[in-house]
Amino acid sequence: MVENNKYINKYNFAFIDESTKKEIRRKLLKAVAIPGYQVPYSSPEMPIARGWGTGGLHVTLAIIGKKDIFKIIDQGSDASVNACNLRNFVQSMTGVKTTFDTSEATIIQTRHRITEEELNENQIFVYQVPQPEPLRSVERYENKTRQMHGEADYAKMWVSLYEQFVSHGDIMLGAGYPVKVNNRYIMAPSPIPRWDIPNLNLSKALHLFGAGREKRLYAIPPFTKVEPLEFEDIKFHIEDFKGSACSKTGYKKAFLDEMYYDDGSTNFVINDSNFLDKLSEKEEPIQHENKYINQIEE
Amino acid sequence: MGYVAVKGGSDAIENSLELVEFYRIRNSITPIEIEQIKSQLRLAVDKVMGEGGLFTPDYAAIALKQAEGEVFEAAFILRAFRTTLQRRFYSETINTREMFVKRKISASFREIPGGQILGPTRDYSQRIMDTKKASESTSDIQNFLQQFESKIDKNTLKSIKTYAKVIDLLREQGLLKPIDKKENKQLLDITREAIKFPAARSARLQMLARAETGGLMAMGYASMRGFGSVHPTVGELRYGSVPVTVKDPSGKLRYIGKIEVTEAEMINGTSSNKKSEAALYTIGYGLCFGQNDTKAICMGILDTTMRNPDSNQPANDQEFVLYHTEGIESMGFTNHLKLPHYVTFQSSLKNVREEVERKKEVATA
Repeated sequence: MVENNKYINKYNFAFIDESTKKEIRRKLLKAVAIPGYQVPYSSPEMPIARGWGTGGLHVTLAIIGKKDIFKIIDQGSDASVNACNLRNFVQSMTGVKTTFDTSEATIIQTRHRITEEELNENQIFVYQVPQPEPLRSVERYENKTRQMHGEADYAKMWVSLYEQFVSHGDIMLGAGYPVKVNNRYIMAPSPIPRWDIPNLNLSKALHLFGAGREKRLYAIPPFTKVEPLEFEDIKFHIEDFKGSACSKTGYKKAFLDEMYYDDGSTNFVINDSNFLDKLSEKEEPIQHENKYINQIEE
Repeated sequence: MGYVAVKGGSDAIENSLELVEFYRIRNSITPIEIEQIKSQLRLAVDKVMGEGGLFTPDYAAIALKQAEGEVFEAAFILRAFRTTLQRRFYSETINTREMFVKRKISASFREIPGGQILGPTRDYSQRIMDTKKASESTSDIQNFLQQFESKIDKNTLKSIKTYAKVIDLLREQGLLKPIDKKENKQLLDITREAIKFPAARSARLQMLARAETGGLMAMGYASMRGFGSVHPTVGELRYGSVPVTVKDPSGKLRYIGKIEVTEAEMINGTSSNKKSEAALYTIGYGLCFGQNDTKAICMGILDTTMRNPDSNQPANDQEFVLYHTEGIESMGFTNHLKLPHYVTFQSSLKNVREEVERKKEVATA
């Protein structure tokens, strides 16, 4: 029996051992160098379950320094349980300052949303990715999809979009709408709503994607062209809230959550918790600008 | 921020953790000791070490205690713990011919070198509920141990040597198919680099060694029962301890201890299309931590199936087998469905509502 005091209970800064962190950073550099290309990496086990944000955590923990200010959201909210849990983990393993304020953060980790507030050159946006392979819906084998990417053979993908239009009258992809990065790779933007897709284009921030279970990293460097897949005549469009406004702020140009209440009534509330807080406090956060949001009437 | 789907995330988590701790210990007066788990829940400890990918009975026992006996969860805790340890050495190849054999059977020959040794197995235990276990006392245990030890002749124990292997007999007779020249013999480390397909055999066996026993069994069984074509014979199944050595920086071999492993060598028949070539046997190989016959045997079956790719048979499909028997990953992803998905759902809701509208228009037009 090992003596009780011999059990290890101290952890390295940011939990992961240094040589593995180095490996992840090397792979991230490769990802940045080839925008949208999926780089395989070691993906060590985390004390967080696979599918619960391990890829995002790997990225965050590999790049975080003591001076960073960390924000994490899940479904747009700082208060969601999983975000709280991961924030607590990162904070306890690094001691860094954490924040809810989007503009103050230097690293923002997310699941399923991009903040409504615009990102800047000093920020890194880290995505938790469940399925990094945009072609998985049309090709189940990994060795084939890698080959398809290598040859930029995206015919199957285009045909599937066309078929959706023919049988349903629209491209039925909701969250995680596939995009083409830097005119080359088709990439899964993680399950962010279509609303967020245009905000990836020419973004000032660095966007890093970590898919832990599938062991892939990829990136969109700052000021990179990102386009949703669309046809000349059948265009990409964002979620339409049909003129609905946030019931708390009256604001219309933000992604809204549909709320149901005990008395059977429903209304809408802004999804991004920090953005909602700022608007409620009469602050004027700078929002991403894109042609889709611009079309919405105030 | 009271509007979030799960209100007050941090408080909720804190309360939940407190509650789960309460559930863990509420009715138990005496805490289970790690030593008790190690000895009396030996097979659970073995499973946790195998799936956790780390040979450490002590930490595996702690994990089992922490996880209230949930083997998946305990293996997961051990894997996460493993991440914090730096890999400083690679051990030299383990030679199971040097095994201190505790169990060794062969289904393919009546007699094998050293004989058939059942060793500690539940195979012939008759699964009749032993209600006396409910009132087992310390003195019962002591009595049994005393009686048992009195029967053991220490000199015989010391004289136990190592045994030749069944596959060596077959190999000497030229009945084993030589390894295909095209076989990828690269030695990879799947814990340091993501697996790529088609994967080298080393990577496949490593994945299988850490895979979940139940998952392997489902695939292996399916292949034997009808969704595949493998029905192997147990050439040899061994359980025992083997010495592990590493090379120090000066190149000297250093003995660092012993680990317990179960090894299965499954014999399969092959077919040959060429007139000049005989249909020889191939070996499907399985090796896992601790005593786990089911796992080692199923590894052996799946090692064989994956060497004969066939996308019509699930067990012959590398990607299908390896991705989906990885217990920690499949458990994590399955359970992630419990996380809120209201943004993604909202996004699909819009699509479906719009389609309903469109179809209505078509119907009325």
